[in-house]
Amino acid sequence: MQLVGNRQGKIIKPLFQQGPPLTARLIILVVISVVLMTVDHRKDLLEPVRFTMSAALYPVRVLANFPSDAGEFLASQFQTTRDLREENARLKSKQLLYQVRLQKLNALEVENMRLRELLDSSYEIGESVLIAEIMEVDLDPYTHLIQIDKGTQSGVYRGQPVLDAHGVMGQVDKVGPFSAMVRLITDPSHAIPVQVNRNGVRSVAMGTGNLNQLELRSLPNNTDVKAGDLLVTSGLGGRFPKGYPVARVEKVQVDPGRPFAHVTARPLAELNRSQQVLLVKRGESSKDAKQAATPKSPDQADAPSAGTAETAAQ
Amino acid sequence: MTVVRHQGGWVIVLSIVAGFLLMVLPLPTWMQQGRPDWTALILIYWVLALPQRVGVGVAWLAGAFQDALLGTLLGAHALAFAVVAYLTLKLHQRIRVFPLWQQAFSVLVLLLLIRLVLFWINGLIGRPEADWGFWTPAVVGTLVWPVVFVLLREIRRRYRVQ
Repeated sequence: MQLVGNRQGKIIKPLFQQGPPLTARLIILVVISVVLMTVDHRKDLLEPVRFTMSAALYPVRVLANFPSDAGEFLASQFQTTRDLREENARLKSKQLLYQVRLQKLNALEVENMRLRELLDSSYEIGESVLIAEIMEVDLDPYTHLIQIDKGTQSGVYRGQPVLDAHGVMGQVDKVGPFSAMVRLITDPSHAIPVQVNRNGVRSVAMGTGNLNQLELRSLPNNTDVKAGDLLVTSGLGGRFPKGYPVARVEKVQVDPGRPFAHVTARPLAELNRSQQVLLVKRGESSKDAKQAATPKSPDQADAPSAGTAETAAQ
Repeated sequence: MTVVRHQGGWVIVLSIVAGFLLMVLPLPTWMQQGRPDWTALILIYWVLALPQRVGVGVAWLAGAFQDALLGTLLGAHALAFAVVAYLTLKLHQRIRVFPLWQQAFSVLVLLLLIRLVLFWINGLIGRPEADWGFWTPAVVGTLVWPVVFVLLREIRRRYRVQ
């Protein structure tokens, strides 16, 4: 129909571009892109821009996540009573087990705090925890990022440590109002300060780009590190709280010709399988912790530490 | 003499959003690396079909949103898409009259250019070098181009986007 109109001379499509010349427009946009990328790479100035765009893109993420959400819903709908009963029994016995362990932990925690008070060193306790779910959304396959379904609206902030049931997963890198991106510890641009749990040797575990491998750099050849050693967060750097398991040393290669040993470790967190993650909020100062350390009556035993406010949103 | 009135802009926007959706839709791990750059394909189609409406500006904006969506450096996809839209605009009168398979070849070059820009940016910011799989999205994109082209042409005709 447009063609007919064309022949009659009523409608003419403009053959040539209007406005500023095309090449000039391209050059302007290229310059803007380069400036944006430089700023984004070096500074955090663009976070508000990302925040707004993330909010605008939220529906796309929800939509992409929908098939797996629906699948999960259906699976839970069609579970048999027997399965549920079995699961319930299993969970109950597990809970009992943990409860017993927690009772002991409680006593140890208080004792530890008293000892630290004697030594006049501060002690942080009671990080509050937020549970978030991983969204089934694929991000850039060359960076180790995952999307979670909590954002600033739930109190998530940039740099917040993220754990799963087995160990440290990573930290929040980009936040939006309803969702956030988490950079995993295996991302090549990520490094996490760790120490060997056995003897306290400190190091930094760098991501390698491989989901199953971390690298400990700059460990001298004669350092006391063995395969099988547990690496926990050292708390240095102030971003990750102290004492969470990170990885297990897999291989220690000592080459006398090189100044440093080549040490690789395997992350404990299930980086590619976890469904739910824990976001840890930094705890209160040691002053509050002392108040939390007041002896508890036995019936309070199932509230392990008073500082642990379970903001579980589930 | 009147100039053609613009209409159906929402179809263009929706198709680009559909492209975003296809970019983040969960795929099995082995397929993730070969995921074609859907947004780029859709943009190339619109630039070919409506060069007076969809140009470097729209492509740049779509690229910026894709960066926010995928968590890449803000401006990386924007730059790549703007450059590709520019080339498509320069060549659209030629590409448009090619038979479909020949068109696919031009699209292959354009998609490879996008990968090249992204590869180059990756190198500049010091990320480890990607393997050969990095280039597969361009090849897969070329293979799906005829489908994208025919589908979007139908949509354009049905909704009289002009």
